[in-house]
Amino acid sequence: MQTALRTSLPETELATRANFAPHARVVREERPVQTSGLPLSIRGLRKSYGDNEVLRGIDLHIPAGQFVAIVGKSGCGKSTLLRLIAGLEKIDAGSISLGDAVKPEDIRVMFQEPRLLPWARVLSNVEVGLGRDRASSDAHSRAEKALTEVGLADKRDQWPSVLSGGQKQRVALARALVSRPRVLAFDEPLGALDALTRISMQRLLERVWRDQGFTAILVTHDVAEAVALADRVLVIEEGRIAHDVVVNTARPRERGSAELAGLEGSILSHLLSADDRT
Amino acid sequence: MSLIDSASLPRGLRLPRVDGLIQWIVPLAIIAIWQVASVTGFVPTRVLPAPSDVLLAGWKLLLSGELVRNIWVSFCRASIGFLIGGSIGFAFGLANGLSQLSSKLTDTTLQMVRNVPHLALIPLVILWFGIDESAKLFLVALGVFFPIYLNTLHGIRTVDPQLIEMGRIYGMTDGELFRRVIFPGALPSIFVGIRFALGIMWLTLIVAETIAASSGLGYMAMQAREFMLIDVVVLSILIYALLGKLADSASRVLERATLSWHPAYWKR
Repeated sequence: MQTALRTSLPETELATRANFAPHARVVREERPVQTSGLPLSIRGLRKSYGDNEVLRGIDLHIPAGQFVAIVGKSGCGKSTLLRLIAGLEKIDAGSISLGDAVKPEDIRVMFQEPRLLPWARVLSNVEVGLGRDRASSDAHSRAEKALTEVGLADKRDQWPSVLSGGQKQRVALARALVSRPRVLAFDEPLGALDALTRISMQRLLERVWRDQGFTAILVTHDVAEAVALADRVLVIEEGRIAHDVVVNTARPRERGSAELAGLEGSILSHLLSADDRT
Repeated sequence: MSLIDSASLPRGLRLPRVDGLIQWIVPLAIIAIWQVASVTGFVPTRVLPAPSDVLLAGWKLLLSGELVRNIWVSFCRASIGFLIGGSIGFAFGLANGLSQLSSKLTDTTLQMVRNVPHLALIPLVILWFGIDESAKLFLVALGVFFPIYLNTLHGIRTVDPQLIEMGRIYGMTDGELFRRVIFPGALPSIFVGIRFALGIMWLTLIVAETIAASSGLGYMAMQAREFMLIDVVVLSILIYALLGKLADSASRVLERATLSWHPAYWKR
């Protein structure tokens, strides 16, 4: 990982990051000691659609409870990687292991679209997230608790169509959280939201991640979002992990700080230079 | 009315009751003009009897019990035929919407049959069933079948695949997926089918009854024609209009009750 970092960051970035090293240590201690997250190991992962090889050998280890962001140009395979991790597509070659005794409720996905059932009230939409526990007696109270967590307890009896885009996404988040997942995969969950809603949603995502300690995998095209939220940013190019960048900045992170901006700039320049080469 | 308009109105906010009466202004005005035209002799009563005469004829038939009996007979035929044709259409729509195999097997055949106007079958149906009850039920069922079949099929095929994927991710069984995602998603389209079918139901029944029947509203109208009872003929036509309106209103009430989640149903 360190070597990857060295190749991916210019000298000046390393110097800046060195200054923040003390903070980095503090962050590690702040983290929840016992994480509920699952570690994730990916080996030699390949996936093709017809003749188009989307993923060309991904090797990756994500420690339990880490927040990883995956960035890359559209069509680079980042969403495919996420869909494979979430088990939505079949693997062509290689393996993904998530530790032992994984239940389906342990892995949840949140998409760019909220995908709420328009004919179900907000609360029963959240109950959908309980999976096989839907019929249990505490389903209501668990769903209510998840709604409270995303700040929408007062909307429990509304139809989804009266909610704003941000509120719908929060309901989708509550639905993903209600089963207490150990891995939460986000496929550009904030892509369709306006700038201000995005920022408050990012704060919410960070808060629930810190509270619950799941392993978070966020696919995004927004590099600023990636460096603001993640412990680690993976840059995917042409179906491979091209760069693996650690973000050690202390949380809560100050948006627009020089450090984050510098990191964002260097990742962006990588993405753009790859563009020039092709 | 645009969706945005209705969505921005708070729920429960209803326009005053007077609004419900507006729709009756035009029919009432037509009747009033008609009455005046008849009384003044502008329209000869041989061509069109006055509304008061029609009402009087209706009153007489009501007293003799003939009117109620004929309406009841027609109503039974319509609803039984609708139930038979509708449920077969719904079943085929479900099967072909959910199963590729079933769709490949039957859809082409059904599309071919659909293009035969079902009223063209009347001579054949009379040969098969005579002027029996079953002839009318067969025709109504056949007429009702296609709109319900096509719209159920369309509704199921156009359910948002992202919602279906979501349902699968969250561990819904096939049964749950149908009950919670596919069926509610197809329901608006199914209702479109039902309203089309209700129109076809009356049309078919009237034609069948005027051609071959010994009871029912269509028969009543044809009998009246034989005896030159023009007021009864007009009465029958007006009753058709009322029954059609009634069926449509019933389906609307049902629609509004089951689609209350849909912003388009929050007003009106």
